[in-house]
Amino acid sequence: MAKTAVQEFTKGLWAEIPPFRLVLGLCPILAVTKTVENGIGMGIATTFVLICSNILISLLRNIIPKKVRIACFIVVIATFVTVVELVMQAFAYPLFLKLGIFIPLIVVNCIVLGRAEAFAAKNGVVASLADGLGIGLGYTLSLTALAIVREVLGNGTFYDIPVFGPTFEPFAFMVQAPGAFVCLGLMLCIMNMLGKK
Amino acid sequence: MREMLKLFIAVVVFSCLSGGVLAAIQNVTRERIEYQQLKFVKGPTIKNIMEGCSNDPLIDRLKIVDEAKEMNLFVGEFEGKRNTVAFETFGKGFGGELGVIVGVNLENDEIIGVAVTTHSETPGVGSRAKTDPDFATQFKGLSILDPFKIKTDGGQIDALSGATISSRGVCGAVVEAGEIYKRLKPTIIEKVKEKQG
Repeated sequence: MAKTAVQEFTKGLWAEIPPFRLVLGLCPILAVTKTVENGIGMGIATTFVLICSNILISLLRNIIPKKVRIACFIVVIATFVTVVELVMQAFAYPLFLKLGIFIPLIVVNCIVLGRAEAFAAKNGVVASLADGLGIGLGYTLSLTALAIVREVLGNGTFYDIPVFGPTFEPFAFMVQAPGAFVCLGLMLCIMNMLGKK
Repeated sequence: MREMLKLFIAVVVFSCLSGGVLAAIQNVTRERIEYQQLKFVKGPTIKNIMEGCSNDPLIDRLKIVDEAKEMNLFVGEFEGKRNTVAFETFGKGFGGELGVIVGVNLENDEIIGVAVTTHSETPGVGSRAKTDPDFATQFKGLSILDPFKIKTDGGQIDALSGATISSRGVCGAVVEAGEIYKRLKPTIIEKVKEKQG
């Protein structure tokens, strides 16, 4: 059991890293990766929801009737998302203002429901926890990686700290929507090339 | 039929539990969220008006019901005396509602500062009501019980050039503040004393 839990965890970091391998959760990844801070914040919020919903759904998998399982999953996920929203408002209000609508939209993030349906509903609690943690961390890493590229090139800063001298002219294209698409596409391409070996 | 009922009950039970959990969390975080919203939305403006006060007006706030509407009044302490109060009123601007925070000295009814909070005025024209310090300082030192009008309407306030309606809106909000102040002054003084004693 212990060994499989480790495997479930590590697969989320590479073999099934959500945006690049599963190509899920692209809407928030394009929208919030303007700055590293937003990327990490969104990643942590999603990870929290993933872990909690995975654990709870795995615990309840024998109680939830098969025919209404999706409805029950969504109720569970929506509950945790609302919890995140409230807690973020109470303790990280500026971040909440920046992420705005994308926090409630975690409910419809395919990764969360996907993991609930494809994994937590069929596996034990420990494996589900490991799966949630791995996928969540993988997602956070992807968001952060994309955000680093976009913020450093597009704004000349890293976590709001200037990295280049004052003579640097920001590559503003990168922080706009098309920049997100191009950047994500190139990253997908690199991941595929690395994966082929 | 029986199975239908079972499915129905499962979803209802789930939703009820989730509702209960969320209500509990909302209850716990409500105070903090309210404080955070005040801190980041109105906080800077209030700090500006109450420059030099020795307390945190956001914490020392009073809640007073005025004509069935609950109002937040922020109390400032100067030289050891809680003698100033600031609150928000609304006037009608060019682009819609225009929020103004007015700070008043309770001892001599003098205005210590006026600042625009939320507005939807034309950027660069009406928005100067918020950004141009010369406009707002005109109110400073005047008695809040005065009838405020712009010079075109026979009053004492220089309107922003090209933004007569916005200027009128600010005056309207300050007049409104005067009315509220007249109504609430006894209650405010009583409550401030209560808190201090």
